[in-house]
Amino acid sequence: MSVQANSTAPAVPGPAAAGARQGHAREFWQRFARNRAALGGLVVLLVIVVVALVGPLFFKQGPFELAGPPFSPPFGQFPLGTDMLGRNELAGIVFGARTSLLIGLVATLFATLLGGLLGGIAGYYGGAVDEMLMRLTEMFQTIPSFLFAILVVAILSPSIGSVILAIAVVSWPPMARLVRGEFRALRNREFVEACISMGMSDARVIVRHILPNCVSSIIVTGSLLVATAILTESALSFLGLSDPNVMSWGFMVGAARDFLQRAWWLCAIPGVAILVTVLAINVVGDGLNDALNPRLRRL
Amino acid sequence: MSVARDRARYIARRVAGAVPTILLIVTLNFLLVHLAPGNAADVLAGEAGSATPEYMAYLRHQFGLDQPLYIQYLDYLKNVVTFDLGYSFREGMPVRDLIFQRLGPTLLLMGTTIVLSIGLGILLGIFGASRPGSLRDNVISVFALVAYATPLFWVGLMLIVLFAIDLRWLPTSGMVNIAAFYTGWQKVGDVARHLVLPAVTLSLFYMALYVRLMRSSMLEQRGMDYVVTARSKGLTERAITFRHVLRNASLPVVTMAGVQIGNLLGGSVVVETVFGWPGIGLLAFRALFSRDLNLLLGIFFVAACLVIVVNIIVDVIYTLLDPRIRLR
Repeated sequence: MSVQANSTAPAVPGPAAAGARQGHAREFWQRFARNRAALGGLVVLLVIVVVALVGPLFFKQGPFELAGPPFSPPFGQFPLGTDMLGRNELAGIVFGARTSLLIGLVATLFATLLGGLLGGIAGYYGGAVDEMLMRLTEMFQTIPSFLFAILVVAILSPSIGSVILAIAVVSWPPMARLVRGEFRALRNREFVEACISMGMSDARVIVRHILPNCVSSIIVTGSLLVATAILTESALSFLGLSDPNVMSWGFMVGAARDFLQRAWWLCAIPGVAILVTVLAINVVGDGLNDALNPRLRRL
Repeated sequence: MSVARDRARYIARRVAGAVPTILLIVTLNFLLVHLAPGNAADVLAGEAGSATPEYMAYLRHQFGLDQPLYIQYLDYLKNVVTFDLGYSFREGMPVRDLIFQRLGPTLLLMGTTIVLSIGLGILLGIFGASRPGSLRDNVISVFALVAYATPLFWVGLMLIVLFAIDLRWLPTSGMVNIAAFYTGWQKVGDVARHLVLPAVTLSLFYMALYVRLMRSSMLEQRGMDYVVTARSKGLTERAITFRHVLRNASLPVVTMAGVQIGNLLGGSVVVETVFGWPGIGLLAFRALFSRDLNLLLGIFFVAACLVIVVNIIVDVIYTLLDPRIRLR
């Protein structure tokens, strides 16, 4: 870790650096591709992303509209059948993919920004600021996070925005701890000391020299946060806490729950969609970890 | 004598250390109610029109909405800290009584889940780590990976389809068979039968987490000097694993289990909702359904206090288990 970080630290832009970057990219890809599971997960994830982006264009009707008779079984006129209100189950899955990925990504982005900011300040400045911010992080980790998310969405009334806010507010602590740890370790390294003694501003040291050295860890943790965020979103919408105008997988399971005895597949199908998506992201995250932090490779 | 006093002092210090967390929770509750769009009384009463004028007046009084903000805050703080959590008109009972009535079933579900998930997690972790890379290890790892990605509510529903609807082995929901009026051991058996599916559902996710943790912890411990010493003494692999490695390797799992208590409570909201298990999770779902936000705030507060208490208990147990940890 130490040698590698030092050699990448003085990133001078220019043709030589561009070549080196290309070499890095190839090396990264080779390491990632060695993990077969991660490669498979990546393919599955790409399919889901494509479905979420272009899938909705293939449906003339929205996912909430009546499409046919209720409780049509799968593999008939409708590939996945219809639900208790005659809505097209496949349309629900396709539109739901968009919702899950969108909420997962945006909530993680906010959590990363917030956690990164607090963790970065704590790790860079240390001392009393560090102590205070870490106490706050610890307290937030003690709070039953899912209950808090429920409370936030219920009070602010369910919408895409409130769901994203609730998930972001409960998922920043791990990111703050990670960034704080990385910043603390890098802060005392020679190249950072050198930058500071040259009179560089704190902001410049952080953005140009410290941050690039912990991007890989942030990406790995972020990818796992996306998976958790999708699971949290599905649980919230299962309980009825989703935007009433947006189709979501958890909502589909929750709505079909009362008809479990008659049409269990209406619950099963969206659940499989959640499972496959979260599994793919987790596996890709593990692969990223192996490829980006080869020395920290977990056994 | 002195150890006992140290321990008492340690507990006192931990309780004092929990005060800021409780303050944070109360503050979050207060902020949420006031940040929400509209009048705080409207927010707490839920959809406009469904609350009686008396209830609105009561809420306004309870939150002192005619007072300046900081007085409202102090009043609210005083009420909450003395466990005066208000009255739920929808359930027709004080919030505190409602919650404490339902604490038992939730604690039963949580306790069973903790034992089940840690026990199975450690066992499967040892099985996997004893032959890394083998078929057995791979099967366990894939199982843990899938269980870690599965939504709890979905596992619950699928288990209901299989074991309650198709096979009719276990009841679909509730905690007791209301029609049977069992007493004594028959009642215990009845509750146990109802407990199986919710406990298994809630355990699966955490077990997956502990399997992964235990496996890597075992592999890490195997390279330690004390293992080499034990092997050179001529101990069998089995004795080394169970008598020496197991204890050290399971410490991270116990730590993680302590960290996960809060999440476990969140998970039990979903699981209790799926199985109609009459704990505070189901109460939270009902509060959500009837938009009884004051009750929901109370549940959140009590749940957070519960997490703090359990964490302190876990830490004290920890110091009993591992004498190297000082009561600092």
